[in-house]
Formats: sequence, C-alpha cells, structure tokens
Amino acid sequence: MRREPPQRLSDYGPLLFPAGMLTLFFVVPFATMIAVSFFQRQQGGFYTPAFVFDNYARFLSLFFGKVLGFSLFLAIAVAIACVVIGIPFTYLLSRSRRSLQIVWLVALLSILSLSEVMIGFAWSTLFSRTAGITNLFVWLGLMEQAQALTPSFGAVMTAMTYQAFPYTVLVLYPALVRLDPTLTEAARTLGASPVKAFFTVVVPALRNTILATLIMVFIFALGSYLLPQLLGRPQHWTLSVLITDQAIYQSNMPFAAAMAVFLVMVSLALVGLSLYAGQQRQAK
Amino acid sequence: MSGLSIQNVTKQFGTFTAVNDISLSVPDGTFVCLLGPSGCGKTTLMRMIAGLDLPTGGSIALGGSDITKVPTHKRDLGMVFQSLALFPHLTVGENIAYSLRIRGTPKDVQKKRVEELLAMIHLPGFADRSVNKLSGGQRQRVAIARALAISPKLFLLDEPLSALDAKLREAMQVELRQLQQRLGITTIVVTHDQREAMTMADTVVVMNKGEIRQAAAPVDIYRRPADSFVADFIGQTNLLPFEADSARRVTVLGQLIDGLYAPSSGAKGLLSVRPEDVQITAPGNGAISGTITFIRDLGGAIETFVEAGGSQVIAVSSPRSRPEVSVGQGVGIRLDPETSVVLAK
Amino acid sequence: MTVLRRLFFFAVGLFLALPLIVVAGVSVNQRQTLAFPPQGFSLSWYGQIFTNAEWRNALIASLTLAAASALLALLIALPLAWFLWRRIAPWANIFQLLGVAPFTLPPVITALGLLTFWATTGLYGQPWTAVISHGIFFVTLPLVTLSLGFSAIDRSLVEAAATMGADDRTVFRTVVLPLILPYLVSGYAFAFVLSLNEYIVAYMTVGFTMETLPIKIFNALRYGYTPTMASVTVLFLLVAAVIFGLVARFGDLPKLLGAMAEDK
Repeated sequence: MRREPPQRLSDYGPLLFPAGMLTLFFVVPFATMIAVSFFQRQQGGFYTPAFVFDNYARFLSLFFGKVLGFSLFLAIAVAIACVVIGIPFTYLLSRSRRSLQIVWLVALLSILSLSEVMIGFAWSTLFSRTAGITNLFVWLGLMEQAQALTPSFGAVMTAMTYQAFPYTVLVLYPALVRLDPTLTEAARTLGASPVKAFFTVVVPALRNTILATLIMVFIFALGSYLLPQLLGRPQHWTLSVLITDQAIYQSNMPFAAAMAVFLVMVSLALVGLSLYAGQQRQAK
Repeated sequence: MSGLSIQNVTKQFGTFTAVNDISLSVPDGTFVCLLGPSGCGKTTLMRMIAGLDLPTGGSIALGGSDITKVPTHKRDLGMVFQSLALFPHLTVGENIAYSLRIRGTPKDVQKKRVEELLAMIHLPGFADRSVNKLSGGQRQRVAIARALAISPKLFLLDEPLSALDAKLREAMQVELRQLQQRLGITTIVVTHDQREAMTMADTVVVMNKGEIRQAAAPVDIYRRPADSFVADFIGQTNLLPFEADSARRVTVLGQLIDGLYAPSSGAKGLLSVRPEDVQITAPGNGAISGTITFIRDLGGAIETFVEAGGSQVIAVSSPRSRPEVSVGQGVGIRLDPETSVVLAK
Repeated sequence: MTVLRRLFFFAVGLFLALPLIVVAGVSVNQRQTLAFPPQGFSLSWYGQIFTNAEWRNALIASLTLAAASALLALLIALPLAWFLWRRIAPWANIFQLLGVAPFTLPPVITALGLLTFWATTGLYGQPWTAVISHGIFFVTLPLVTLSLGFSAIDRSLVEAAATMGADDRTVFRTVVLPLILPYLVSGYAFAFVLSLNEYIVAYMTVGFTMETLPIKIFNALRYGYTPTMASVTVLFLLVAAVIFGLVARFGDLPKLLGAMAEDK
C-alpha cells in the first residue's frame, strides 16, 4: 500500500460521513451559538436576530467581574492542588508493578467517568450532618457534635479536586512513564536521596509537562458546572454555572451564548498556550 | 522478452534522488542480489518492482508486459519483508494460505497447499501454531512459504535474513538458494551482506548512491571489479595508486610491475590487489620494499600489514604458507599481474 | 521509602474511596434516611432501580442513549481515522481537530451550542437529538483510540497483503480490521461509559422531555433524598469498573492511555 494523496474523487468517500457529521452538528451549532450571542433577547425566553453587543456589554458589570474572578481563582486553585498531589503520585505509579498500575488506572478511569451529579451527591453525603465524616470525628472524640460541612468553599474545592485528580494523573501518566528511569538512577549514584532526586531531576525535566498539565486541568476545572451549585453558596458559582443558569432557568440564551463564546476564547487561548508548551518540550 | 526488465528507472523523494536512471534485465529463473551499503537505493528499487513505490521516471516490464503502473495486488508477486510482516492475528497456516484465501481458492485446496509448503520448509504440522510463538528461523521459513503459496512469477526478498544470528543466516542462505534452484523461480534479494550475495546469486548487482556500479556473476565481481567502490565493497582489497609510463607500463609504490599494463599511456589510477594475491618475499630483486607493521593471526588465516611507499598493504596467507617474518622487519612485496586489476581513476 | 510510598498511595486511595464508601453505605440503609454507618441492611434500593418505573425508564433511557451514541461516535471516528492513516491529506487534519475539540473545551460550550442549534432548527427535545449530541460530544474517545490503533499497525503488514494480491478493501477486511479491533472495542467502551454518566449535554438537549439517570438523580437531589441515588451511583461505578477492567484484560490499558514503553 502506498500512502499517497487521494487520487480520485471516490478516494474521499470515507471522509464524507465524518466530515458531514462534524460540520453539521459541531461547526454549525458552534456558529449558531456565536450568532445567538449577538441576538436581542425577548422577554419570555425568546430572542430575535440582531447584531447587538448588549450581551457582551454586560460583562462589564461588577457582578460578572466577580464571577469571572472567582471562576479563574477556583480553577487555578484546583489545578495547583491536583498537580501538586498528582506529580509525585503519578511518578510513583509509573514506577510500580504493571499489575498495580492497571488496578489504579481502572479505578481512576471509573472515577473520572463518574457523572458530576454523582460526585456532587457523594460529597454532599460525606459532608452532610447525618451521614458525613463529622460523625467519624465525633466517634473519635475530635468533635462535640456532627455538623454539615456544606455549603462552603472548602467543599467545592475538595470535590472539584476529587473530580479533576484522575484527569490530572491520566494527563501526566504518558510523560512520566516515558521519563528515562536512568535519570534518577544517575542522580542516586551521584549521592542524591530518592526525594532529592525527584525534586532535582524529575521535576525540572518535566517543567513543560507540568505547565501543560496545569493548563489542561485548569480548563477541565473551568468546565465544572454542578459541583459549585451543589456544594457551594451562590457566591461560589462559576462561569459554567452562570451559563447553565442563564440558558436554562433565566431563559436568556443570547447572554448565555455570549458568556460561552467568552469561555471558548479563554479556553482556546489556554489550549494554544499548552500546545506551545508541548512544542517547547518536543524541541528540547 | 520474458523475465524482468527495468528501463531507465528513476525515483526521487523531493530533491533527493534515491534511484538514478537504472536499467537492468533479469532473465527468467535467475537469482539476482541487489547489493550495496544502506541508502544506496536497493530497497527503493525493489519496492518499485513490487509496486509499493511508483518510479518518477522509466518503466518496468514483467514477462513482456509493462507493469510500471499496475497496482501491487495485481502483480502476482511473492515478497518477503525485512520485518517478515507475518500477520500476528493469523496462525501459521492462515498466514501461508492468505493469498489463496483472498483469491477464493477452495478450502481443501488451500489446506493441501499449506501442507505442501510446510513440508517444503521443513515445518510439517505447524499449521495451527501462532506465529508469535515461532523462533526467528521458523518465522523466516513461514514468510518464505507464504510468499511462494501462489507460485508467483517473481520472488522478492528485502533483507530477508538480517534478523537471524550469523550461523543461522549462513544456513538459510544455502537453503534459500537450493529452494530457488529447485523451483526455478526468478528471484531478487536485497542485501547489504556481500557474503550473502556471493553465496546465493547468479548475478550480483552492486549499487551505490542510486546507481548500478556493476552487475555480474559473483566470481567476476570479485575477480574483476569495475571500479574502486566495487573492489572495496566486495571482500577485502588493497587499493594502491599507480602511474603508467609512455609504454603503458605500470609503476606501483615506486616499483615497475612487469607484465601489467594501463589502458592508456600516462594514466593514473588505482590498482586493486586482493590480500591473498599479495606475496611477501625477501626484499630487493624487483620486489616492492616495505616494513612489517603488524601481524594478525586469526587461526585460519594470517594477515600481515606492510607499510610501503606511504601506503598500507595487507597480505593474507594460510597457516601452512606462513611467512617467517616479524614486526619491524624489512620485506619485499610481489604483485601478480594476472590477479591485479587496474582501475581507471 | 516503600513505607512512605505505601502511605502516600493509601492516602490518595482513601481520598478517592471515601465518598464512594459513604455512598455505598447509605445505599444499603434499611429505611429512607441518609445515615452512615447504615442503619440495618437492605438491598431494596438496588431493586428500586429496576422495579420503580421512573428509575427503570431512566436506566433504559441512559443505556439506550449510551449504546446508540457510542455507536455513532464510532461510525464517525472509524472512517476518519482510517482516512487520515491511509492517505496523505494534511488539510483533513482539521476534522481530527474538530473531533477532539468538543471534549477539550468546557462541556457547557458544546452543550449550549447544541441547545441553540436544536432550538433554532425546531428539533429541540426529540430523543434522537441526544444521540447525535452525545455521538459528537464523545467522538473524541474512539477517534483517539483508533488513531493510536492505526499508528500501531506495521505498514509492512499492509504491504505484504498487497503483494499477495489483496486490494484496499480486502486489506481493510482481512488485516486492518482484525488488528484495530481492540482499539475499536475500547473506543466504544470509553464512549459508552462516559455517555452513561454525562449530564450537561443531555440535560440541555433533551432535559425537559427525557430523563437519563444522571438527570434523574439531579432532579431527585433538588426535591429531597432517596437512597436510590446512592444505589445508582454504586451501580454506575461498578459498571465503569467492570468495563474498564475488561478493556484492561483484553487490551493494553497502559498503552491505550499513552504509555508506549513496551518493557514495562
């Protein structure tokens, strides 16, 4: 078989269905959303075609600024927490027995695929007064009385870290598995302790990977829409929650669309940045 | 005309010319080795014969009909790949029967043919084994059997033995040659191993930098190399600069060699002398004078390194005719005009 | 070092398992109370998933949606991945990018895009729109596994088949398909499990006309508590673990997840 450019029109045949589907049901909806972001909102959940910047102008309010600021802060906090725990964990995992790796990978995949609804429910249960972790503390004598730990920022933060952690590990895993094990061995022969070797050899060697992972996890956390709603107070709502809220409950599609377009911009800029970081890594 | 005929074939990859205007004809039933260093274009030439790459220019004909643009699957070939390319999802028998199966050959005919071929490669009863559980030599044989299942017009092998260890490789060379002679099939092998080429081929085609440097029988390639590349690539040789006088008589390392003539007067060039044709004698009396610098005793042969006139000359002798010399000793070197080959520069 | 490492693994494992242990605990409560440790023991809340019409319908809806949309995702990904592997057509990589985009961007964006699209075309609320929406949203998974599968095929195998007389179609049927089958299955499995658990896209496209299990749980959460939520969560976790376990058993999971080191 020669791998060559398509010769005849029929060679393009296989591309027809995928290209058609992706164009019709991804590109067109995307374009529709962008169009709607410029539409005029009608009372009662409808909108009329127009070309106005009103929906974008609303970004300039203090309320929106607060939501955006909090979203970014939360996503950064989650990304840092995940990467800080994730790197040593993934490093140790990649150096473990293959069978142990597989057990962990299956578990991580299962949790990663677990519905955000279910993760939210599970944590709200763990943080509840009647069935929560505080009962354990009471039993251990650490606390006087069981109490609810939600809604709170800590609960949102914990649950989001929980949700993003498996993702972090799976993003880091390929890079860490491929990391030359003789690097740390060389450091060890030169007198570095395992922990010191990890910090002086592994971490610097992975600088760009770590940066790219931080960005990926940041975007992942930015997409969380239910956990802030289920476990936080209204001031803990993020941009994703606000978009859902505007689209479904306030029936303000144009504003929701404008915020979504904004979110795409932020994400794309960050994806670009992570790709750039990845290229830097390749170039090294 | 029958057989394979390659005419003015060129292959360019971008600005790089992998094969440059090659013409070659391979008569029916002959065994040809394409021999050369890596990157010489031999594999590209074979891939074009197989239709796996298309020539940029020129034509290829098989059995009198032009196949230059015929897709690979319509060429009735048998090919053994360097990686062997055995299908990991099929058994030994299924691998061998593949070309029959996709041609819709009846099951019982397939089965019979597989048994025949397994017997031919000395692996009877292996049909149901997994190819992943075979040894290197066994995989090799299965790949050969698979390529021969439809009795192809042309049998191509791309570095077929390179994955085997030295001993097994030598044995397989003999086996492959015997098999080819029994079947009388036109065969082309790509190799970078000159011993392999010498063992198997009727014709050795020496290639370098996309061009054929010489195509001849193995003995001729060895005895009468066409140029210094061939002389140097095939076996071991001493390449010594010479000068010819007005009577075309040749002077090497300051010594006129009686009976050796250059193609034209005043010519300069290289003389190729095989180490086994270099004789070490007492100095003087018309011999080239030199000094022994190193003696390598390999048991089966002794190599004597002589420094003479700024060049190094290696002489090989058998243990029985071992010269009584030692390092640092001044000696004479005699070249036989019969076995010395004059190569124009 | 090993002690430290075990301790670290244990801590991470505990963090990951704790909410699930509590959920598993509350799912076996005797009565409809949110209590842990469980009071009494009963599997009736698992029975509820199948006997209660509402939960059963949601389960059926989820399974149907997951099965159909994963199939659609595969049907989009397979020809695309094959084309990109078979042909030299750099511009076609744009579709690869389009296939990976929905999964890389925050899900709310894809969900909202599809919502505006279905609303504009007047098809909003039709159950099959959810199949297409999920099919597009999860096309990334089979696309990634299949691209990996294709790149793992030694091209000389395909060339060998061609020298033995196989045309493109025969090569695909007799060599390529058997070799990428594990990647096909795992791609389907990934898309299936994720579709089963997906909430926001399903909610935005068919949330008012159809209840999948995640939507059902979310709605139930707003109106109070029933232990069936817990039992469904445990059930889904088990389903995911079994499916990924099978993928690991019959395929090379570390390799699928991007670890190319063969010697490990």
